[in-house]
This record gives sequence, structure tokens and C-alpha cells, in this order.
Amino acid sequence: MEPQEIIARRVARELKAGMLVNLGIGIPTLVANFIPKELPIFFQSENGLIGTGPIPELGMADPFLTDAGGRPVTAVPGACTFDSAMSFALIRGGHVDVTVLGALQVDGSGFLANWMIPGKTVPGMGGAMDLVTGAKRVIIAMQHTAKGKPKIVKKCSLPLTSVRAIDLLVTEMAVIAFSEGCATLLETAPGVSVEQVIAATEATLRIPNTVPQMTI
Amino acid sequence: MKNVSLEDAVNIIPDGASLMIGGFMGVGTPEPLIDEIARQKKRNLTVIANDTAFPGRGIGKLISAKLVSRTIASHIGLNPETQQQMIDGTMVVDLVPQGTLIERIRAGGAGLGGILTPTGVGTVVAEGKPSFDIDGRKYLIEAALKADFALVGAFLADYLGNLSYALTSRNFNPVIAMAGATTIVCAEYIVPVGVIPPDNVITPAALVDYLVAKG
Repeated sequence: MEPQEIIARRVARELKAGMLVNLGIGIPTLVANFIPKELPIFFQSENGLIGTGPIPELGMADPFLTDAGGRPVTAVPGACTFDSAMSFALIRGGHVDVTVLGALQVDGSGFLANWMIPGKTVPGMGGAMDLVTGAKRVIIAMQHTAKGKPKIVKKCSLPLTSVRAIDLLVTEMAVIAFSEGCATLLETAPGVSVEQVIAATEATLRIPNTVPQMTI
Repeated sequence: MKNVSLEDAVNIIPDGASLMIGGFMGVGTPEPLIDEIARQKKRNLTVIANDTAFPGRGIGKLISAKLVSRTIASHIGLNPETQQQMIDGTMVVDLVPQGTLIERIRAGGAGLGGILTPTGVGTVVAEGKPSFDIDGRKYLIEAALKADFALVGAFLADYLGNLSYALTSRNFNPVIAMAGATTIVCAEYIVPVGVIPPDNVITPAALVDYLVAKG
């Protein structure tokens, strides 16, 4: 299984019936593919939609119904649309249950950097700062390392997205929770040992007596 | 409200004007107004918008034509030309969190001086900005934004200028419609008064100065 699929499958297990969920671009977008069809979850798209459905079948794309990347989507029964002030009132105001975002770095305190690499790429923060500040629960879905270098660092060297710590980090190697400013290893992926996770992580991890295997 | 031709609508925009432009990755952007601004080569523009779309679409066309000297946006990641002009120093780009940007615009149109938001506290966004504590939580003071012109893309406009929008093309449009000193609307369809039921009017005609049909 590709790392992205492992991550997306594990994150999908965090989503429960009745939740309003915002998925970021990249790996987070894949999470929607692994939600059981019968599970009533509404996805918010920050450009002004609750009830984002799958990409339309050939010939059924509506140029006025798009995701945050401008790509055509569908809307599920019960969907609604609204302007950007409402969209971010939902986000900032604590009405979104879970946001799943990608990251460049996460540090030992759960702080996140995901919007720029100074002097290299400056895409802008888009809605990320508001999502991390306001969503009830913040889950980061990212690969454990980048080109062999740890992405889970002692302290973020890149500009922070927020000083609100994330709640959960899911990688292809591990699930890590952040509470009381400390990173705790909750699960390891099938075939991955605790020692391998520690070796691939720069931040200090608290290791409980038993670390179960990730269910995907 | 005045009905005008596309050419006349853009004629009233001077070089150096500040423009709020609706749309999200080009969806909901009044594309004919953009094309006409590019054709008339309005220069030294300030653009306030969510993003700069892609090269060849929406605001991306103004960027490609090098007509923009300053952009205030939340995201430019899908337009490499915007990033290049920013790196080259030919265009100034102010990046603003999306929720803060839309509320600053809303404040500008609603007669408020600014907003208090927790977004950006403790990050580079907070640099140089005053903050305020309410009930033990810290908020940044973010100033209101206004512009010389708001360029709005609507779905339906009636003969009076009442507007409604389609699906996700609404985005920034009804909010910028309040914050431009002059609001120019380009609608997909112009319909008789009454076709848009009062409950479905999102932007009242009182906010619209000029109306152009998409044609």
C-alpha cells in the first residue's frame, strides 16, 4: 500500500457520523475515498459549500460547482452553499468538527508549519490559519519524513500556521497525539517498530507501555 | 444603477485604481470585465481578491499582462507567475489569512474600522499589529479594507440590479459588493424584476452602480 493510502485510511477512521469535516489539499483530500458510503458525514469546502460530493461523471461538470482548487465537484443531498464570510464564520467560529490538513513540519509541542518556505515557495496560507485556529479538532495527515529528513521536529524552523497545537498526527509510520504540550506515540503502522518511529522522528516522543498496531 | 456596455464600464476605471475582484480560483470572477481591463491595458492596479487564479484565467490574465503592482490575497500557490513577479520584486504581494481577508472586506463595507480575530496570533501575520485581550483570549486588530471598485460576478441580475449567485461562484462576490466605492456587476443573465424572489436576493440593488450583461 502506498504511504498516502495508509495515511488516508487511518485518518478516515477518525471521522464519525454527523460530523462536519474540512479536508485540505493533497493527502487529506484522499480521506473522503475511505469513508463508508452509508456514514452521514458532511464535507465543507472553504469556497462556500457544505455537502461536497465526488467528482462528477463525464459531461456532468458544472462550472459553478467547484472545490477549493477550482475543480468541478458534485453536491450531495442536503448540501448548501454560502459566501466566504459564512464559510469562515463556520471555520473560525468552532462549527467545523474536524479539519484534516497537510504539513511541512510538526514540532514536539504540536505546533504546525504548512504555508511557506521562506525564499523558496510562498503559496500563502489560504484558509489554513483560520482552520487550525477555529476547528474543534485538528488532524494532520502527512508523510513521516521528506527525502529521508524528519518532518516531526523539536521546534518548527518554518513560519508557524498557528500557536494552537494540533490534536492528532497520522503518518504512514505512526499515529501521534498531542496533549498537554507533549507528543505521545499512540500506534505504529503494520510492520513498523517503535524503534523505527523514534529513529525517523526528531522530536521527543512519549512512549506508553503498550503501543498497538494501526488499523487500516 | 446604470446599465452600461462592457467598454464603458471599464472606461471609468483609471490607472492606479484599487479593485476588489470576486471569484475563487476564477470561479465567480466576472471574466468579461477582466478581459476588457486587459484589452484597455489599465496599469498599476491594486488587486484585492482571494487568489490570483491560474495563468490564462480570471485575475491570472491581469497578472500575465503585468498590469498589477500590488496584490492582497490569501493564496497565490496555483499561479506561478504571481509568485515569480513577487520574487522579482515587480509586484508587492500581501498574504492575508482567508477568513481575515473576507472579514476585513466585510468590515470595510459595513462601516466598521476593523475586526478582532484570533487567527494569526503568535505567527508572522501578527507582526506590527496591535492585539487585544477579551475573556483571557488574545485577538489581533485587523483594519477594514475598501477599494475604489468592486468587480462582482453574479448569476442573475434583475433590471434594477438585485443579484443572486450560483452555487460556489458566490464566494467573495456579495461581500466585495459592499466594500467598493463603485460596484460594477457582470451577470450571467439579466432577468425581469420579480424573477428573483425577494428571499433569494443576496445583494440588494442599492449596492450596485453599474450592470453589464455577460453577453
